[in-house]
Amino acid sequence: MFTTRKTYQPYRSPFDPCPPLTPKTYVTAPNLYIGFQPPRLPQYAPYEALRKGTTWKIFYDPYCGPYEQMKRNERT
Amino acid sequence: MWIYEKKLQYPVRVSSCNPKLAKYLIEQYGGADGELAAALRYLNQRYTIPDKVVGLLTDIGTEEFAHLEMIATMVYKLTKDATPEQLKEAGLGEHYVNHGPALFYHNAAGSPWTATYIQAKGDPIADLYEDIAAEEKARATYQWIINMSDDPDLNDGLRFLREREIIHAQRFREAVELLKEERDQKKIF
Amino acid sequence: MKQMPKEYYDLLHQLQAIDFVLIDLTLYLDTHPHDYEAIQQFNELAQERKKLKKQYETQFGPLQQYGNSYSHYPWDWSKTPWPWQV
Repeated sequence: MFTTRKTYQPYRSPFDPCPPLTPKTYVTAPNLYIGFQPPRLPQYAPYEALRKGTTWKIFYDPYCGPYEQMKRNERT
Repeated sequence: MWIYEKKLQYPVRVSSCNPKLAKYLIEQYGGADGELAAALRYLNQRYTIPDKVVGLLTDIGTEEFAHLEMIATMVYKLTKDATPEQLKEAGLGEHYVNHGPALFYHNAAGSPWTATYIQAKGDPIADLYEDIAAEEKARATYQWIINMSDDPDLNDGLRFLREREIIHAQRFREAVELLKEERDQKKIF
Repeated sequence: MKQMPKEYYDLLHQLQAIDFVLIDLTLYLDTHPHDYEAIQQFNELAQERKKLKKQYETQFGPLQQYGNSYSHYPWDWSKTPWPWQV
């Protein structure tokens, strides 16, 4: 499935002092895939567009920090 | 000419008094990839770029000032009514002895803003590529700040700003395509 | 200065929402000057925005100055709180 979150595994040495933080992740935001925006792409209505920071759905790329993810996990 | 509008671009809220987060956020106020640098970079490049992308630089540059005001608002709210003791605990003691409760254009580590953060090369492609890179760097900075923040209301505003970086990067990429002048032509290489 | 009522926040939010789409459409049109439908949408929203601005300013004072808004007596630019204060 397509995702804007990519992962990689750096080399692990037996002499690494910190416990491995793997996999490492990075973001490839939607703007990297769209090229020149075609006309008539689906939009959000104004309130939702403001909340999301984009009028066109295709560009929406929510980002949560570890604190928010923890809270989300607690709820489920 | 510019005209001020007495409203924020986005309704900014913060959950609690938290000068430590304000210290981090200052990165986007007076840091290398912050909103001040962005606004000044784009508006200054307008004078030496083809007319068809001047409108875009003007409008994105202007929006960056709205973002600067949002960051200022966040810092203002996070530090409002904080005591010198609280500021000291948050690592803002050095800031306080120089600036008191005032905001200042420096980064999270306290280095003052400098014009060397931005570039104007007078070459349209070089300048637009710098702009795309600046937007991606600002997006990354917002991610690192969100990672450090446990304030859900602040993160809501930061997410908005991060999303705008994505849109701006998209438009700058389109501007490069416009300058290549091959949009409606068949490509023959 | 007295506290702003709930209607202030509602109307402000409404204005922020419509203005947001206008900003986003502006950037889009800067690189898509021939999108007729988008220009139509832009002009319709601009008209709606004009009405909303008038309604806001009647209740809560000027949004802009330098003559882009009217003033009551006394000069009412600073009468309502500034954006970072609300």
